Amino acid sequence: MAELKQEQQSHRMGMHTEQLAGRTQQIFFSPEEAENFTYSYAYAVDTNKHTEFDVAALDSKAINIKIRELMSQGYGSIAVQNPGAKHSLGVGILNRLQLHFEGSLGYFGVGLIDGPNVIISGRVGWSCAENMMAGTVVIEKNAGSTFGAAIRGGDLVCKGDVGSRTGIDMKGGTIIVGGRTGAFSGFMMQRGRMIILGDAGKSLGDSMYDGTIYVGGKIADLGVDAVEGEITDLDIQWLDRKLSLYGLQTPNGTKNMTKIVAGKKLWNYDNLEPTEKKLVL
Amino acid sequence: MCGIAGLIYKGKSSGIGQELTSMLQALKHRGPDSTGFALYGHPKADQYIMRFKVAEQEEVKKGFEIRKQMKERKAAVDARMAEMGAKVEAQEQATDYAYRYVFSFDGDLRRLADYIEDIEGAEILSLGHGLELIKDLGDANRVSAQYGLDDFEGTHAIGHTRMATESDVDIRSAHPYWAYPFNDVSVVHNGQLTNYWNKRRALERRGHRFISNCDSELIAVYLADSMDRDGDLEESMHRSISELDGVFTYVVATQDRVGMAKDVMAAKPMVLYESDDLIALASEEVAIRTIFPHEIDTYDPYEGEVRVWQS
Repeated sequence: MAELKQEQQSHRMGMHTEQLAGRTQQIFFSPEEAENFTYSYAYAVDTNKHTEFDVAALDSKAINIKIRELMSQGYGSIAVQNPGAKHSLGVGILNRLQLHFEGSLGYFGVGLIDGPNVIISGRVGWSCAENMMAGTVVIEKNAGSTFGAAIRGGDLVCKGDVGSRTGIDMKGGTIIVGGRTGAFSGFMMQRGRMIILGDAGKSLGDSMYDGTIYVGGKIADLGVDAVEGEITDLDIQWLDRKLSLYGLQTPNGTKNMTKIVAGKKLWNYDNLEPTEKKLVL
Repeated sequence: MCGIAGLIYKGKSSGIGQELTSMLQALKHRGPDSTGFALYGHPKADQYIMRFKVAEQEEVKKGFEIRKQMKERKAAVDARMAEMGAKVEAQEQATDYAYRYVFSFDGDLRRLADYIEDIEGAEILSLGHGLELIKDLGDANRVSAQYGLDDFEGTHAIGHTRMATESDVDIRSAHPYWAYPFNDVSVVHNGQLTNYWNKRRALERRGHRFISNCDSELIAVYLADSMDRDGDLEESMHRSISELDGVFTYVVATQDRVGMAKDVMAAKPMVLYESDDLIALASEEVAIRTIFPHEIDTYDPYEGEVRVWQS
């Protein structure tokens, strides 16, 4: 397939008839190839093998090294006690893992992860789960700004309030906010879904290319090119199912949520449909 | 980048010198160039406290002549205070170039301040009934040890760790800034003002003076000017959100209050912790956690938010 021209490749795949241009690149994906799902350097862990350790006296680097050591020993369930709001904890984990932070994280917590299921009992600082690719992250309290920046997959859930620019440059996955979120949430969003059960700050969805934002509370105002869409039965079913996974609900019912999508008046990224963008983002 | 922090106790005092030192030390990675403290002790209505310096730290390393000049400048300060009728009751020399005076005075405080600052090389860091402003090069532990802040008791404090971006690494450009000529008002700031020169020229035309080219000083002078007109801190802070352009989060303190304001883009961080008797705020939670090792509930204030707390 590689010897075909780009247009021919697109036609062969039955995706579209337009010539791809600009920044767009095609990445071919075969679900039969194992390397698309695992990293050769990821750890093989047993989720029934549990351990816990206190990190009050350790710095961020030492804590991350310790987590890796434990994973290399096959521990698939790790509890980290007293994280003390330190920065960059639990980053770059690329395998399945049950990871529980018993306390709060600072900036850039659990960024660049691909696969683990993380529970954080406390609060998280700015840029939690930035560039997350797969897995789940559940935060029991509040979160800072740029929550879930540029995430590509997985579920990122904050049960409390979140700061500004939530899901900025989001490229996939789901972000759920139990409380309110600040200004410019969904800024330049490209794919994925965001659920805000409380109020949303000003300029919601500003310059979003695609994706969907559901809001249960009030919206201060919409950003450039963000428009209200019609909420469908399919949306309601998906929302109910997703929220029930995390024990969350919206006070007025999912059918009364507001759905925000891209107006696409400023949409000059390319002419791909959302399903096609999975291949190019 | 810079780090800012503050704390205020309601109805009681505490070891704020030590507490703020630990908070600011935890923010060293946000600004290693200089550290500053604005500490509010127990004010006495008939006494003023003045912190001033007669040279920059860097100047002191450059030769013998500066030693002679520092003595002359200090003598000039003493002479001018006596001439204006200020009675110095206690004085301490914190470093080779920094002093703390306790004095009584019933004249025009602004005239006294102007007269002292007219001495070349002399600069008042703070002047008021309760405010003591200490700033110097280095991290929080170093500055705190240098000025003996570990034993400082008081009701509230704000502080700053500075990463120099638009002005020099010197004490003059370090935070906090005293909101001249208002006694007991100080400001720390993280961010950048983009209408600095427009606002500065307007304030200079109104008779205010600037001692640095640091945009953070503008916030202090702006608030002083605004409070001079209507006397209300919170109203002045709300006004600053629309009149100051750029990205910023700042913290201001007066004799009995601490306030914070965040710009409409919410581009600069701030984390708040509130309990019945203490409010602590910082650029990062890791700073607050130095005084609360156990888990606490914190949150980020939102865009355009202004909060003020009373001691």
